[in-house]
Amino acid sequence: MRNLLIVLFCLLPSLSFAGEAKDMAEDPVLEKRMIGLADKLRCLVCQNESLASSHAELAEDLRREVREQMQKGMSDQEIIDYLVSRYGDFVLYDPPVKKTTLLLWYGPFALLLIGSGVLVYQLRKRKDAVADEVAITDADSQRAAALLRETPEQTSQAKDSQA
Amino acid sequence: MMRFILPFVVFVVLAGFLFVGLNLNPREVPSPLVGKPAPIFSLPQLHEPSKQFSPQDMKGQVWLLNVWASWCVSCREEHPVLMELSRQKIVPIYGLDYKDKQADAELWLKKGGDPYTLSVADVEGRIGIDYGVYGVPETYVIDKQGIIQYKQIGPVTPDNLREKILPLVAELQAK
Repeated sequence: MRNLLIVLFCLLPSLSFAGEAKDMAEDPVLEKRMIGLADKLRCLVCQNESLASSHAELAEDLRREVREQMQKGMSDQEIIDYLVSRYGDFVLYDPPVKKTTLLLWYGPFALLLIGSGVLVYQLRKRKDAVADEVAITDADSQRAAALLRETPEQTSQAKDSQA
Repeated sequence: MMRFILPFVVFVVLAGFLFVGLNLNPREVPSPLVGKPAPIFSLPQLHEPSKQFSPQDMKGQVWLLNVWASWCVSCREEHPVLMELSRQKIVPIYGLDYKDKQADAELWLKKGGDPYTLSVADVEGRIGIDYGVYGVPETYVIDKQGIIQYKQIGPVTPDNLREKILPLVAELQAK
């Protein structure tokens, strides 16, 4: 009796999931293909979720639509075209390159180019400035060499104290 | 001087972008159906399910197709505006009752008044998908040739009726 009760309790959770089975297609291969396609499509109600993961009612309807069109033998591209003709490029997570999406696709590269241009310009400018400051005459270098020769120990001591 | 001007210009440009960006509505997805023929359907009428209605019945007339539902909260806000519009008899309003129960829908129209020439019932939401509906209410302005000329996403308000929909309807009716 006790064992029977335990078994019955174990079966309880499976009852609560029974409702979801309706949403699944008979054919697991088709279902997998549908989920794969829905993963690339955006849910229009909760816009940061894919059609595959969204629980919005519209997403469920759209999954049903995709499933039915697959059963009719339409290709993935035909189904995508159908949805784009209804909802626009917005449903795609991977929007096509065209006039209105040029900025989206190439904007980051343009920014990178501008950024590197500014960087190179700044570095060149700095290099020139540093070169100007350090420019020394022959007389300067001779004087420096003479100083080094005169007091080799003192300079090494100075080095030590610095360290 | 350049040291201050450059960051200032960058700041102004960025602030400009953010200002415009914050005022855009990310929920508003431009419809690719504007300028295209209204998708064909044939659905049972809400009040007389034995009779069908199809957009082709409306050839030669400018009309509004309003997507509504009794469960839709924003439709309550929109309803008095549509009631007023239907009283003015400027343009016929047809309703697409989206994913609704017939009893609920009829009760809703009885309580709040019925601005529609007639409504059709899209119980499973399939026609909604054909029209690219993703949030109720939505309103389409359809011209004499059956081309969708405008789509209003969200409730029709006195403002957008005055500024956008009515001038467009007048222009299309004159054609």
